[in-house]
Amino acid sequence: MARKLNLRIWRGDATDGGLKDVQVDVNEGEVVLDVIHRVQATQMGDLAVRWNCKAGKCGSCSMEINGKPRLACMTQVASFGEDETITVTPLRAFPVIKDLVTDVSFNYKKAMEIPAYEPPKELQPGEARMQQVDVERSQEFRKCIECFLCQNTCHVIRDHEENKKSFAGPRFFIRIAELDMHPLDMLKNRKRTAQEEHGLGMCNITKCCTEVCPEHIKITDNAIIPMKERVVDIKYDPARMFAGLLKREKRN
Amino acid sequence: MTTEKIALERHKYDVLVIGAGGAGLRAAVEARESGLRVAIICKSLFGKAHTVMAEGGAAASMGNANSNDNWMVHFRDTMRGGKFLNHFRMAELHAKESPDRIWELEMWGALFDRTKEGKISQRNFGGHEYPRLAHVGDRTGLELIRTMQQKIVALQQADKREHGDYESHIKVFAELTITEILKENGNIAGAYGYWRESGSEVLFEAPAVIIATGGVGKTFKITSNSWEGTGDGHALALKAGANLVDMEFLQFHPTGMVWPPSVRGILVTESVRGEGGILTNINGERFMFKYIPDVFKDKYADNEAEADRWYEDQDNNRRPPELLPRDEVARAINTEVKAGRGTEHGGVFLDVSKRISAEIIKKRLPSMWHQFYELAGVDITKEAMEVGPTCHYVMGGVEVEPDTAAAVGVPGLFAAGEVAGGMHGSNRLGGNSLSDLLVFGRRAGMGAAAYVKQNSSASVSDATVAAAAARIEAPFARTGGENSYSLHAELQEVTHNLVGIIRTGAELKEAIEKIAEIRKRSANVVVSGGRKFNPGFHLAFDLDNMLLVAESTAKSAIAREESRGGHTRDDFPGMNSTWRQSNHIASFDGNQVNVRKQSLPFMPKELFDLFEVDELKKYMTPEEIAKGGTN
Repeated sequence: MARKLNLRIWRGDATDGGLKDVQVDVNEGEVVLDVIHRVQATQMGDLAVRWNCKAGKCGSCSMEINGKPRLACMTQVASFGEDETITVTPLRAFPVIKDLVTDVSFNYKKAMEIPAYEPPKELQPGEARMQQVDVERSQEFRKCIECFLCQNTCHVIRDHEENKKSFAGPRFFIRIAELDMHPLDMLKNRKRTAQEEHGLGMCNITKCCTEVCPEHIKITDNAIIPMKERVVDIKYDPARMFAGLLKREKRN
Repeated sequence: MTTEKIALERHKYDVLVIGAGGAGLRAAVEARESGLRVAIICKSLFGKAHTVMAEGGAAASMGNANSNDNWMVHFRDTMRGGKFLNHFRMAELHAKESPDRIWELEMWGALFDRTKEGKISQRNFGGHEYPRLAHVGDRTGLELIRTMQQKIVALQQADKREHGDYESHIKVFAELTITEILKENGNIAGAYGYWRESGSEVLFEAPAVIIATGGVGKTFKITSNSWEGTGDGHALALKAGANLVDMEFLQFHPTGMVWPPSVRGILVTESVRGEGGILTNINGERFMFKYIPDVFKDKYADNEAEADRWYEDQDNNRRPPELLPRDEVARAINTEVKAGRGTEHGGVFLDVSKRISAEIIKKRLPSMWHQFYELAGVDITKEAMEVGPTCHYVMGGVEVEPDTAAAVGVPGLFAAGEVAGGMHGSNRLGGNSLSDLLVFGRRAGMGAAAYVKQNSSASVSDATVAAAAARIEAPFARTGGENSYSLHAELQEVTHNLVGIIRTGAELKEAIEKIAEIRKRSANVVVSGGRKFNPGFHLAFDLDNMLLVAESTAKSAIAREESRGGHTRDDFPGMNSTWRQSNHIASFDGNQVNVRKQSLPFMPKELFDLFEVDELKKYMTPEEIAKGGTN
């Protein structure tokens, strides 16, 4: 049953690296991660790759497969032509550590900067009442498995290291949206801080993030666009502008 | 290849938590909220722990779906599921405290599915008398991890406001493996390990260490566990002088995927059966009716009509036998396949499409639909799934004091979650794991905090550091030995064939010899390449842990001459009330694992009286019944 697959793997580290060609057995039904593991066990014992659950639930084995950001555990070898060479390379938006493993600490730093959930002060444990239809909007975003494929593909940071400082990225826009739509969250102005502190305005809605999301979260349509629209409303709402002017006058 | 010597990195904390799954994170939150400085070690990235794989839900008798539910009913179900081998006190604490732990998560931002009244929805599960599992579709574990991960970020944000640094009081060390727990003068003093990324070594000095490393599935060939389930905490605890209890009891989840081969073992959540999925063999026979054991005859329907009615009317009908505890269903499937009534890929059919509409399946079981559609090309709204048993959970683990989660015999060491033993007895009920790790994660954090208040400092001697460092260096210095991948594969063959679902004395004896032989060869494992992110090097250490786990399991299993829960002996098929009075305790003498019997603590009268005597007679000896509980 086994056939030979031509696999091209990027090997190296921050200082140097390049594509290496290997031939490896592949069986019916296998995914790209299976063949990478076979290479590891039989030909390259020190080949570095992240993985955990192998079922598309943990978001660890993110890489670029023939140039597309994918989860290796959810990419069937059979989805490529029999004679096609499969090329696997590390995520491009993050610094390479070794082989297919990149330094994704950027994302954990950004996670720390998103203000946490704030429950109502008087709410006692067990007393929360929410309707299913109201929690579902946030639940869509809480499906996120933090594979960071959306971050990787987002062209605001993919080839623009300089933007990373002021841009949280799609993963964290859905985090903000999730909290903003949380029926009980009390923190005000999440949308405005998304715009002013986390770089929401830099997104120009090309929907690349939505396309690569393995959880099929509608990142752009359901999180980014509604927040952008509301930010515009808030910023250009004449009543609010007037109230803002009054406030400023008072301060002065 | 030789490796460069890197200067040793040192950290001092009050509490070191090894493991960043549900139990570890809950413990860390508790210890931090007690005012302590906490380090969390995770072997993979933060938020990737195996807890994310938990699908069905967290069991807690909140009574939202059926107001008859309460902690006593949950306690009874848990003891029954474990065939009364559970540590009664752990089962009691678990049943009493799990509702508070779920509500607490909600206060931290978790968004569970809701009932019509807006409360947390609860679903049916095997062995639970009432709908009891708080859930979020079929990705409840992810919700737990993410909620606690975000709670930790919230604590870090508070520290930033107060101390100017997010990581001043709680820090996550991601992709770091602990190779040894360190003691000085008999007490815990810290731990030693290496960064997976660079291979450089790290010393942690801490008076309290909480082990929360999860399971051992990778010791077996077909498993639902990820690469991380290598029994690290079990082995670290053994080597530190702690005991492992009940290691013969492994849960083979009845429904893992069997096709295609690359996903063999990946879990198919029990919720599929809870939502109405039925099991059939290749002849189309709904075979579970044949496998209802006597102890469960009054609770499970023996005909299809009644089983079907139960989904609509649970008060007047008995439950479908597909919802028997996991050990029963796994054995039934195993028997059907062995009798030649399995599918061509060695499984049976699980079908949810006949009972529920496609729309509801996609809503209630979204990740199952996704998983089968993308990995197996099967649309579960139209076709049956092929499933078979997969190594899922280890009931055995570190012997702990129930109230504090303190490891027996090692001051300063604590254990919680799957790595701790006793709570689930011989078989865990689905849903009781997520609640277990919340209840005992918190208790471990409290236990460690109380301990640190009495024992506030720890320092590790240079000699201890040098010895730990030498062990990490060793595989690089060797030549001519075997590689860890092939030894691991060999170990998995041995456990799969000889220590699996159905065991015999002769096979276990053979397993013990083979494991010893692999262990001998593993002492000579060589690693190719350098230290930097080198999986071959990492596996060399994981392998050592798995070998100790396998040895503990095989030696405990050969000693238990009966069948109970997750331990089935073909040569001793029945359950034996005398055997129920004993646990097996595994300890390590530096060379090998030794197993001895220890009396099971007996329930106090108030818990004993929660059961009908007629039921207890199925499990206990007449003398025990006559005694009627202690005090």
